[in-house]
Amino acid sequence: MDPVSAFILLSNFVVIPALAYGSQLALGALGITLIYGILRFSHFAHGDIMAFGTAVVILTTWALQGFGISFGVLPTALLALPVGIVATILYLLAADRTVYRFYRKVRAKPMILVMASLGVMFVTNGLTRLLIGPGQQRFDDGTRFVFSVRDFREWTGLSEGLALRSSQFLTLIVALVAMALLFWFLNRTRGGKSMRAYSDNEDLALLSGINPERVVVITWAIAGTLMVLAGTLYGLDKSFRPFTYFQLLLPFFAAAILGGLGNPLGAIVGAYVVAFSEMGITYAWRRFFEHLLPESWAPDGMLQILPVDYKFAVTFAILVLVLIFRPTGIFRGKSV
Amino acid sequence: MKRLLLASAVSALAAGGAFADEMKLGVLLGYTGPIESLTGHMADGAELAMREVTESGAFLDGMSVTGVRADSGCVDSALATASAERLISSDGVVGIMGADCSGVTRAVLENVAMGNGVPMVSPSATSPGFSEFDSDGIFYRTAPSDARQGEVLAGIVMERGFESVAVTHTNNDYGSGFANAFVENFTDAGGEVTTVVPHEEAKGDYSAEVGSLASAGGDALVVLGYVDGGGSIIRTAYELGAFEQFFMGDGMYGDELIESTGEAIEGTVGTIPSATGEAAENWERVGEEGDINWSSSFVSESYDAAALMILAAQAAGEATASGIAENIMNVANEPGEEIHAGDLARGLEILAEGGEIDYVGATNVELVGYGEAAGTYREYVVEDGEYVTVQFH
Repeated sequence: MDPVSAFILLSNFVVIPALAYGSQLALGALGITLIYGILRFSHFAHGDIMAFGTAVVILTTWALQGFGISFGVLPTALLALPVGIVATILYLLAADRTVYRFYRKVRAKPMILVMASLGVMFVTNGLTRLLIGPGQQRFDDGTRFVFSVRDFREWTGLSEGLALRSSQFLTLIVALVAMALLFWFLNRTRGGKSMRAYSDNEDLALLSGINPERVVVITWAIAGTLMVLAGTLYGLDKSFRPFTYFQLLLPFFAAAILGGLGNPLGAIVGAYVVAFSEMGITYAWRRFFEHLLPESWAPDGMLQILPVDYKFAVTFAILVLVLIFRPTGIFRGKSV
Repeated sequence: MKRLLLASAVSALAAGGAFADEMKLGVLLGYTGPIESLTGHMADGAELAMREVTESGAFLDGMSVTGVRADSGCVDSALATASAERLISSDGVVGIMGADCSGVTRAVLENVAMGNGVPMVSPSATSPGFSEFDSDGIFYRTAPSDARQGEVLAGIVMERGFESVAVTHTNNDYGSGFANAFVENFTDAGGEVTTVVPHEEAKGDYSAEVGSLASAGGDALVVLGYVDGGGSIIRTAYELGAFEQFFMGDGMYGDELIESTGEAIEGTVGTIPSATGEAAENWERVGEEGDINWSSSFVSESYDAAALMILAAQAAGEATASGIAENIMNVANEPGEEIHAGDLARGLEILAEGGEIDYVGATNVELVGYGEAAGTYREYVVEDGEYVTVQFH
């Protein structure tokens, strides 16, 4: 029996990766939930616009590297973030002017806006591939590890190792800061309050002198910033490929709906639940229990609930269960 | 508009005119998809053989040979089938050099090639499944079956003292066939395979796959896949401290792998089909003179695949699909004069005079069974970011 090894093993293979993945999902799901709460539709172009923003960040990173500029131990991509964020916000505003504004003016049903966003998704999809191609891109540089498995083994002398990649550490920090800033903005500033007022009741907000177009612009700006942050962190931590970003749409929506659409806190909680379920249900627990249980009880099988390929099935299952049993989500958001 | 019509009419005429003294071969490879980094060099290899023959002027009274490239996508059967149909119906090819990955090759063979009677010579479809498949003399391959490679790789892993390994393979015909062959041979030799986990290509994150492999344990990880997914798995496994030693199959071989995995790949041992001795030396010379990346995976097999079809057409005395299909086995095997890479003109002359040849080519071609290469393998180890040859099997 060796509970310490068991928990180090679990941290290395499940807890740390799931925390990083969950934080990336949370940033994406926050965008979805904000757009749903304020503009009142499910933004299907989220994953692809995230890929677009990340592609701009990657190209800027390469340009910076070309000029010999780096960010020391931190990835150069962080320096390129502002460019990507500005490009993405401009792109979102252009999409709003050309597509969404018309449907908002005529007070179209949310489903029509969803379909419009599907169209924007396809256009963005092609645009990103034109910009950077369909293939996998790596753009991480700087120090790769806060501490590696080998460092950890040397320090502790334990047989199980634990690694913390810089990108995972960075993801946690950036996500925490971004969430804190977002909540401060929503709860304490005039802009944030006008957004919440608009979300609660559009007509009353209009009567009290809130400019709806300004609220819309602020919403897109925040969503765009969150998208580029999520996309860049995901790309640094794993790898960038337009198609995988499109696939992230499913866990984003699962997280947002699970937490309660329109509820920012719910989106964050939902994201971590989705991440930990995906990792936990497809993890083979054998070695964990080998460490934890006395030797004679050691399990024979892999103790894996679902094979790794069924990761998306886990997310789908969460989505379906929530929609059946608690359509408003954990934190009582808007019903879908 | 009128001018456009006129121009297309003229070019159609010109194409029709050229038809008589030109033989077209399809070069059906995955220029997009998981092995796109290899296929450009492979096509160069095939086209080098065509150029050599065209320049010699010895083929069927000075007929020229040109390659028509088409995309198989490596894992996209619908795309590969459509490309093959286009090659046969609109480009009028009499043989197909390809396809590359086993799954799409099987799809093209059964859905297009066999129906049209157009022979295929694949340089890289290595699935053991083809060994038992009777294509009626339509399908040949210059790369040996993975059943043989599985046996060789299992022997190497054993010899190096790793008796318990975990296996992961890319989830397609190539990967699962190769993994089956490896596991069978490895357990027969007394080794233990702790788990076999398939993986998909083009995923962002492989930590879950590595998690299950690590949980099953083992002294080493055997990765039977492609540069893309397999490389990510090696890197993730190394970074999570799940495994220190890796073994890999031929699909992984490439300079991109070393770039993308860095220090994780150090000490990794693998196999790749390769020729030895005189054939290999000749190929090196021909490749250098032809100014292509001759040492990349399956480039020599591609050269041989194209050369075999051209020699078969010469033996038949006509540039037709049926002529090529009937004569491939004759020119590839004994009896007859040995023909090496760069020596195609001499082979063509012997055939024109009614003689017999035994095509050795760049990879010691010898076709057995339904027409697959018998095969020799090179064992290599990665040292200081370079592939270093250990020995031949």
